[in-house]
Amino acid sequence: MIRKSISKQASAGLPSPVEAWIDRYRHNGGLRQYVVYLAFALILATFSIILHDDGFLSSSNLLNIGRQAAPIAVMAVGMAFALAAGEIDLSVGSVVALSSLVAAEIVGNHGFLAGALAALGASALVGIVNGLITVKVRIPSFLVTLGMLGIISGIARNWNDLQSLPIRNDRFSGIFGAGGLGPVSSLLIWIVVVGILGHFALHHLRWGRHVLSTGADRDAANAAGINTARVKISALVVSATAAGFAGILLAGRLSIGRHDLGEDYLLTVIAAVVIGGTNLFGGRASILGAVTGALIMAMLNNGLILMGLEVADQLIARGVIIILAVALSMREAKET
Amino acid sequence: MSSAPALVASGISKSFRAVQALDDVSIELHHGRVTALLGDNGAGKSTLVKCISGLYQPDAGHIFVQGTEHRISSSRHARELGIETVHQTLSVIDPLDVAENLFLNREHTRGGWLGARIGLLDKRRMRQECASTLARLDIRIPSLRRSVGSLSGGQRQAVAIGRAVAWGQQIVLLDEPAAALGVEQTQRVLDLIVNLRDQGVAVLLITHNMDRVLAVCDQAVVLYQGRKCAEVNVADVTKDDLVSYITGARGTG
Ligand SMILES: Nc1ncnc2c1ncn2[C@@H]1O[C@H](COP(=O)(O)OP(=O)(O)OP(=O)(O)O)[C@@H](O)[C@H]1O
Ligand SMILES: [Mg+2]
Repeated sequence: MIRKSISKQASAGLPSPVEAWIDRYRHNGGLRQYVVYLAFALILATFSIILHDDGFLSSSNLLNIGRQAAPIAVMAVGMAFALAAGEIDLSVGSVVALSSLVAAEIVGNHGFLAGALAALGASALVGIVNGLITVKVRIPSFLVTLGMLGIISGIARNWNDLQSLPIRNDRFSGIFGAGGLGPVSSLLIWIVVVGILGHFALHHLRWGRHVLSTGADRDAANAAGINTARVKISALVVSATAAGFAGILLAGRLSIGRHDLGEDYLLTVIAAVVIGGTNLFGGRASILGAVTGALIMAMLNNGLILMGLEVADQLIARGVIIILAVALSMREAKET
Repeated sequence: MSSAPALVASGISKSFRAVQALDDVSIELHHGRVTALLGDNGAGKSTLVKCISGLYQPDAGHIFVQGTEHRISSSRHARELGIETVHQTLSVIDPLDVAENLFLNREHTRGGWLGARIGLLDKRRMRQECASTLARLDIRIPSLRRSVGSLSGGQRQAVAIGRAVAWGQQIVLLDEPAAALGVEQTQRVLDLIVNLRDQGVAVLLITHNMDRVLAVCDQAVVLYQGRKCAEVNVADVTKDDLVSYITGARGTG
């Protein structure tokens, strides 16, 4: 009803922004684009009711969820680009650990900035190697990055004999996870910053359009003169670098570098991205969706713990929920 | 013969493993003329177009653009030489909108030097120019901001054609550009081709429709199983002649 009256008003002159938006809304998938946000609201409402007495809605618990979501969200943004380009990066979990160790190693003697940059640099390097092997040797990225996962995990384990490396640098910890701006945790700020950067890069930079084109139809992108090899490499570099930044955030919050940080994030991150509306097979991506997906995953995690489930049962419940959610979002995607 | 040819491809051969798709094929495109490239399915037409537009590297042969020999290494290179192509299957990017497709890999940027470096898109300018370009070409699309994947097959094809002819390139290769089009749209494409010709563009048109050949083409080159079997002035032949060349019943040598 409202929709009708608006378009009637507008159709007198040129298509108004509202009308243009409605047209795009209808033809670009309608309500389906917003499934992830509805799911977020639904899960939030459900937990708020059934876990009301367990303090789900307390500010400290919500903050907790946000903190948990931060590394997942950052990795999800990076992964969204890898998937959008038609690749996948299974090495992200190991890069988190590598990055935390590099940061811990460097921060002590060279300061927080050098530590962060070294960690990001090492992560980007992993992405370059992933990308080059994928593109030049033409091995599917799921195999390349699976191999890389093993290699980097091994390096991380050997780094300090499975022991954690302490980080004693208040600036580093303050900026990357433990501190905040006034009452707002720095982790929440980083979620917003990375989310906005990712969204901007996808929609307002030539590179973002080329990533989508490459993932949607590599041959057509090639025919348009796009260097799709370089685009794919850059997307894998972005996903590795984002994982490296997630590693910095974990290292900052815990004030350590350790070989097993990020170990069990992979499935969660992929689930967050796919639930958020990014196509597992390229050509469609949503950064805001990925961030929302990460919040959903963190919320689920938190809710299941508050419900008092055993660890084993949490794993099972989480696995079931992830498969259901991904199946649902992929089915929605296929219909559009 | 009038002016120097816009493009000469001579002695082009290309094989894919056991299949010899092209065997010593030569073709000339002239400014202000439409050349038909004919042949049955699998005759090698698309392969020749891809060799000229930089997607394939021929095994043998030479390509001259405006009189100078070039080894066309990529579709980007072909564009720089003034060659624009609508490929038979490789066309538009579904998730991008109409304007984004039109400007794919030719994006306008804003924000000065820095904006150009990072590739900051000037979406408003691209949308405006897209609207005026499509209007000039008389291509009608419901909304420029719709993803191309949500358009009809003919509309997508129209966007692909618009993209190829919008840039004032001197050489335009069209591989079955009207295959998905209805009657009215097909007529528009033919008008567009005549228009390009009148502006001095050298056009190569691949089609299976002999009426279109007779309507808009000046010359025809016919391939049969990867070899050139006929090269004729369209004014000198009938529809039946063309069909007999295509089926291999007859050749001009
Ligand atoms: N990339 C490729 N790999 C292997 N063989 C190919 C390839 N491209 C074309 N061919 C073969 O080369 C021959 C010519 O194909 P081409 O696509 O040029 O035909 P065409 O004349 O365009 O046909 P149509 O009218 O059906 O489009 C065919 O036998 C085809 O199977
Ligand atoms: Mg063909």
